[in-house]
Amino acid sequence: MNQWKNFSKGLLKENAVFALVLGMCPTLGVTTSAVNGLGMGLATTFVLVMSNLVVSLVKNQIPDKVRIPAFIVIIATFVTVVELVMKAYVPSLFNALGLFIPLIVVNCVVLGRAEAFASKNNVLSSLIDGLGMGLGFALALTTLGAVREILGSGSIFGMSFIKGDGMLLFILPPGAFIALGYLFVLANKLKAKIA
Amino acid sequence: MAKKESTFGSMLTTLSVVALISAGLLGSVYALTKEPIRLAELKKKNEAIESVISDFDNAPSEDYIKYGVDGDTVILYKATLNGEPAGTAVETFTNNGFSGYFKLMVGFDPLGNITDIAVISHSETPGLGDKMDAAKSDFHVQFMGKNPADFKLMVKKDKGDVDAITASTISSRAYCDAVQRAYDALVATGLVSNE
Repeated sequence: MNQWKNFSKGLLKENAVFALVLGMCPTLGVTTSAVNGLGMGLATTFVLVMSNLVVSLVKNQIPDKVRIPAFIVIIATFVTVVELVMKAYVPSLFNALGLFIPLIVVNCVVLGRAEAFASKNNVLSSLIDGLGMGLGFALALTTLGAVREILGSGSIFGMSFIKGDGMLLFILPPGAFIALGYLFVLANKLKAKIA
Repeated sequence: MAKKESTFGSMLTTLSVVALISAGLLGSVYALTKEPIRLAELKKKNEAIESVISDFDNAPSEDYIKYGVDGDTVILYKATLNGEPAGTAVETFTNNGFSGYFKLMVGFDPLGNITDIAVISHSETPGLGDKMDAAKSDFHVQFMGKNPADFKLMVKKDKGDVDAITASTISSRAYCDAVQRAYDALVATGLVSNE
């Protein structure tokens, strides 16, 4: 398979958020600011890449009937590694993402890629697939976070450009749904144009 | 390489091996990050203490009293300057926030006057309740220099002396509740007299 295609499909055509509509819980939950979205996206990317890599390496050693528990243990291990490392070196980001980091374990994107892609493809393809999917997820979360931050707090990546409050609605949960809806429209338009 | 058959033995060994390797990896990451995590948490605690007590030369995070109240613990950090008491930083909590539990660090001078208040952790609504954070609004300023012995720690709606945050009466009430709990602990442990 063409590796560039394999990588770029995760960015738009098969984007985890805009096309597959997977992993909605962290997407809606943590994207109150662009930095939070980026942090969550990158943490998920790391887990995706590592789990895809390991799953594709060991896929032939794992009997079919126990593959899901084995995958989950592998994924959970990497998530815990991310959690410990973030706690140690970026405690402020960890405080903001808090609860959602352990939830990467049950993010459908991660198990979905392990099951649907890494367990059927070679190591290099799986690695690139994980990277593309992860970065696509990070891109979606950062965009949504940026939109909500600009409208809701009047700042971008923590740099404020208005005085006073923004449109509070966009920081609150309903704003996440509204902003995500419009981003879906944009992403679909973009997809139609490219295709 | 052929896929492994799903027999009882192969499933058992595979899962055991996967779990063992995961456990080993997690153990070593935990050992590596244990110290940085402890330091990061200590640093956070020290910064909170420093933000509420201005002048001290000891290490209050090592000189503290734990005071159990309402099913949780209030921690009183004793600050001294040249051996003389310079005040107490009280790590206090409330269960009455709009999103439940949150934690404050309240600084008292040796006479029981509030020097400053910092929010340690909370999950109040962004844009409303989170204005209790010193970085977001001046809500905490009205407490500075006040002594809870004659400053009634209740919002004006409840016939107290505190100006509540607009549209966040519940958060403001909870904030007062936490500060009151800090003061009660201070009196109960004898660090300041109630006369």
